[in-house]
Amino acid sequence: MFRAGTPMASYIKNSIASRKMEIIEQIKEKLKDKILDFFKKNEQRYYITVNPEDIVNVSKILFSELNLRFATATGIDTPKGIEILYHFSHDTTGKIFTIKVLITDKKKPEIESISKIIKGAEWIEREIWEMLGVNFKNHPDLRRLLLAEDWPEGIYPLRQVDRD
Amino acid sequence: MKRTIIPIGPYHPLQEEPEFFRLYVEGEKVEKLDIEIGYNHRGIEKLSESKHFDQVTFLVERICGICSTSHPFAYVQAVEDLAGIEIPVRAKYIRSIIGELERIHSHLLWLGLAGHFIGYNTVWMWSWKYREPVLDILEFITGNRNHYAMFKIGGVRQDIIKEDIPKIYKMCDDLLPALDLFKGAVMDDPVIHARTKGVGILTKQEAIDYCVLGPTARASGIDIDVRRDDPYAAYPLVDWKVIVMQNGDIFDKAAVRILEMYESVKIIKGCLEGLKKEPEGDIDAKVKEIPPGEGIGRHEAPRGEVFHYVRSDGTNRPVRHKIRAPSYMNIPSNQVAATRGTISDAVLTLAAVDPCYCCTERCAVVDSKTKKKILTGEDLIRLSQEKTEKFRAKINK
Repeated sequence: MFRAGTPMASYIKNSIASRKMEIIEQIKEKLKDKILDFFKKNEQRYYITVNPEDIVNVSKILFSELNLRFATATGIDTPKGIEILYHFSHDTTGKIFTIKVLITDKKKPEIESISKIIKGAEWIEREIWEMLGVNFKNHPDLRRLLLAEDWPEGIYPLRQVDRD
Repeated sequence: MKRTIIPIGPYHPLQEEPEFFRLYVEGEKVEKLDIEIGYNHRGIEKLSESKHFDQVTFLVERICGICSTSHPFAYVQAVEDLAGIEIPVRAKYIRSIIGELERIHSHLLWLGLAGHFIGYNTVWMWSWKYREPVLDILEFITGNRNHYAMFKIGGVRQDIIKEDIPKIYKMCDDLLPALDLFKGAVMDDPVIHARTKGVGILTKQEAIDYCVLGPTARASGIDIDVRRDDPYAAYPLVDWKVIVMQNGDIFDKAAVRILEMYESVKIIKGCLEGLKKEPEGDIDAKVKEIPPGEGIGRHEAPRGEVFHYVRSDGTNRPVRHKIRAPSYMNIPSNQVAATRGTISDAVLTLAAVDPCYCCTERCAVVDSKTKKKILTGEDLIRLSQEKTEKFRAKINK
């Protein structure tokens, strides 16, 4: 009736050990010329910087070809511009690959939407749009998610006004 | 046929997360579902930037009232990942015990609500009755029935001494017959089969597209569980299994949760055995400063993976703290799961992802020709319960 998963100990032995190198090599090879910076924080956490123009292709490769799971995205307002981190999880090894993009134009930040490829990214893009004012081009349904309807236009709660 | 819009929500006294659903129905069939959230937006991510690292643990504990330990669990791991802190083994065991006790009480709560929605009030009362001892044991260990305040960066705040262990063991042993009872009540009952099998199906491909998590994903045949995939706390030190089922309907979602509670009991017992071998009192890595950098922490909460990202610039506060709860990914999947059924199944389907959902108050059927008819939350539950009665009568004939 139901299929129980593999017991803990044998799972670690078989799955993680044998596939340890594989996925990193695959990602490095497929993204080759798109990688601006590859940073290994520790065995389980990797940070890859790419150009904002490449984000659709990169997500296509990671999500559709390499079957990584899209965990979420983080928008950060930094002095250099608006950073968006797309966190992808590789569930057989438990590694997280974070794709970093930096949008330097803070006046009118724009990036291509990845919701066409990943349905689960729809809400988080709407959230980043209302919280940081990043326009996601070709988003199917870009409207407010969390903020109230009467929240004033052009005020973005997660922008760092004080620290500038 | 006329298209009718049924708004559900956003507030109901039973639920702790207000959401607003707009069901577009034609006759009995649900055609489209529109989801609105944001009624409970408290700006915790922003607040977190103004608190120092230790205070944030208490702040994130208050995100959810049911799975209150999930967020501190993921948060402290994010900071430990950022700073490269290794915590004592004893603290790992205690963290896992708290995490699993919480999973049991959360699943029992869901089971009770699901039972109530389909008109099995006995299941509701019994499962909440057996949830009480779990809360009592959490109070016994931590001093609180909820919001345990057990977690800190680098370890836990309180120890479980060896005199406490038999009492926790006894609770586990007492719980097992109750779980057998629920397993029998849900899995062998023809009426529950009729109401839940093949209802609210989320296929494997849809589950992948919507990136769903936790029991919702595992019921659709996706074998993911952060506790096993990205081992943390004491989960790699004890033996247990991940429950995966294939059909993606409400029955499978319920079955995954019920069977998971057995695994939780197994993990708690394994952790208690482990605690006996470790020296008492060694529960804190004594963290002093948080260096600049970034870290990601994950925890498999009762509803799925909780995801925390923390960035530090070397001061005593995070510059950015991103929080992603599992329901954030699970609720949008209702757009496909609920649109295949009828209105009387919708309440149950929406509840099946366990979005802390009971928001059927303030619900009105609006006819397209401006004739308004008010349908309260009770009416919706009544619709659902009547359907069960019909099945029951048919089967008992």
